[in-house]
Amino acid sequence: METTEKKFRKLSGGNKLDSRLTLTYFSIAFVTLFIGGLLGLLQGLNRAGLLELPANFNYYQVLTAHGILLVLVFSVLFVIAYFYSVLSHTMDGLFPVVRKMGWIALVTMLIGVVFVVTTVVMGKASVMYTFYPPMKASPWFYVGLFIVVAGIWMAAFGGFIQIAKWRKRNRGEHIPLLAFFAMGVFTLLFFGSLGVTAEVLMLIPWAFGWTEKINVMLSRTLFWSFGHTFVNIWYLTAVSLWYVVVPKVIGGRLFSDTLTRVVVILLVVSNIPGGFHHQIVDPGMSEGIKLTHALMSMVIGFPSLMTAFAMFFVFARVGRKKGANGVFGWITKMPWGDVRFLAPMIAMIFFIPGGAGGIAQNANQLNQVVHNTLWVVGHFHITVGVTAVLTFFGAMYWLIPYLSKRTLTPAMNKLGVIQTLIWTLGMLFMAGGMHTVGLLGAPRRTSYTTYGDSAVAASWDPYLLLLAVGGTLLTIGLVLIVYIVFNLMFFAPKGDTEFPIAEGEDNASDTPKWTERWSLWIAIMLFIVAFGYVIPLIDMIGNAPPGSAPFITW
Amino acid sequence: MKMHRYEKIWLFLAASMLVIAVVYSGVQTFALGQGPPSGVGMIDPEKVEETAPFDNPGISKIGENEYEVVMILRAFSFEPNAIEIPAGATVHFKMTSTDVMHGFQVIGTNLNAMIMPGHIQEAKQKFTKPGEYLVICNEYCGIGHQLMSMTITVK
Repeated sequence: METTEKKFRKLSGGNKLDSRLTLTYFSIAFVTLFIGGLLGLLQGLNRAGLLELPANFNYYQVLTAHGILLVLVFSVLFVIAYFYSVLSHTMDGLFPVVRKMGWIALVTMLIGVVFVVTTVVMGKASVMYTFYPPMKASPWFYVGLFIVVAGIWMAAFGGFIQIAKWRKRNRGEHIPLLAFFAMGVFTLLFFGSLGVTAEVLMLIPWAFGWTEKINVMLSRTLFWSFGHTFVNIWYLTAVSLWYVVVPKVIGGRLFSDTLTRVVVILLVVSNIPGGFHHQIVDPGMSEGIKLTHALMSMVIGFPSLMTAFAMFFVFARVGRKKGANGVFGWITKMPWGDVRFLAPMIAMIFFIPGGAGGIAQNANQLNQVVHNTLWVVGHFHITVGVTAVLTFFGAMYWLIPYLSKRTLTPAMNKLGVIQTLIWTLGMLFMAGGMHTVGLLGAPRRTSYTTYGDSAVAASWDPYLLLLAVGGTLLTIGLVLIVYIVFNLMFFAPKGDTEFPIAEGEDNASDTPKWTERWSLWIAIMLFIVAFGYVIPLIDMIGNAPPGSAPFITW
Repeated sequence: MKMHRYEKIWLFLAASMLVIAVVYSGVQTFALGQGPPSGVGMIDPEKVEETAPFDNPGISKIGENEYEVVMILRAFSFEPNAIEIPAGATVHFKMTSTDVMHGFQVIGTNLNAMIMPGHIQEAKQKFTKPGEYLVICNEYCGIGHQLMSMTITVK
């Protein structure tokens, strides 16, 4: 009796109260994506010299809003909603206290966002997503950021409580694989944001004028301890879909439960010091420390390369089962017309140049060539904008109907395929143009300029046009995905949609118990963070130049 | 933990590639002297103009075809904002900021560095090809950021 009921609940959208929570998150996330994306179009057009922005809503304001809305608001809301639905589905519903924390987290984050967005729109916080001091935004901007982080912590702790309670009730069982990913992501959300919170807590009194000076180098370093961790949170989220969902969609099995968990653990423990590679050409740090960090950043590449193997292994295995021969025979056996496969597959393919670009940027001389150029912007638009976001889009075609008790029709699937292709093409133009023109030296975060009719700057113009073309295509893709998400939420035909979770191979070996020792993984993570940061931070605090007074330069 | 033989080979190659990248970065930095700009000198950002050598920004000859350029970056200009050097000269840059963070990128070369208030950044570059090099600020520094540029003329 109980099992049929369980099965019914799983088929028909799980716990209704949980679905309402996560659907609310998703709705706000996609409205944010829409606004943030349109701001991106304005920038692309301006940068190509096709559009002049008004003084009361200039390029740098638009860029700040674009970065914060997409990087912070959209992605965080998405990740939390996705993992809350994962926890609800795989653990037979959220515990009431956890659901409540989910709602409080949402309201808290939105209050913070209102502070942040209002100050940006008023022109009092054109400080970019990185808000490097001594550039000083309105103090309420930083207060808003702090409130957003408090909301994120609330959501992360909700996740911890859910998993802890479930483990207590299900002694001896492994937490479900997707919930294991959730544990990794919530761990990174919390610990990864500690550094930036410390920074914000120093900036608030300074911005109010209660303290006079700020340590610029320290702030920047604390910022990047979070800046890159966040990127890897989206990435880890996308990876969870690749390992667990994609095999099921193509009719296969898990690669290996144990190895998948090892990848999660490796990504969690090695992640936070990875942000240091943003500071390779900074002053104030010896070359020795920079090299140590180059090594520590490079470690993140290892679990990614494990993932690359796992994915192609799964494809090959499924292909062979369906009668494919040879090394690449599986390609013809994949369900390319199924958007639930197509979108994450393209996402994975883009991770090949994306990941390679990441490794390249981590080397001293290569970093110097591309540091702060549009190359970097191209890099994160293919990693975040395709690898992560297209995977997220791919999840929407089954997760939204699952939650709203509706179905994906063939027509909607077709529209999804079109959306995916337009998005891919848009990113190819835009990120391709950015990579190329970045190698030629074109800077990032700069509005349209000719640098006093410089000939070399003029030679960038044809490539910058690609930004406008790509941005326009992406905007079409944006309209389509928002339409699709809300259609699946409210208008698609009623019915049951499955939450696709691949099972292990019949002869798969048992997952060892040690994978569950999260206290140990967190201890190792903290040790590695300490190894990377204690010496530089002590040096930056103890051996600092006189601090900086605030500047408002816009 | 069972691992496929191909997977072991793949991961061995992957790890080797990452190790080689780091080792080569080390060789470049310490053996070939091509490390990233990493000046460790400090200065009071409010007293830049009165502190040597920044009380006298500009170019000076310090050896056989070797020059030192002392430079102040501020929103939204470089001081000096144009320099001239003979072809083949090695130039040692010493830079700091009086206000916010700036970037220093010489287009067409690998020279690219962050300039922060309170820190003295150092970088050197040999200019072999004659021509006019565009130098830009590549870290957002405010409303006039896109105007912040200068030139290095190599004769």
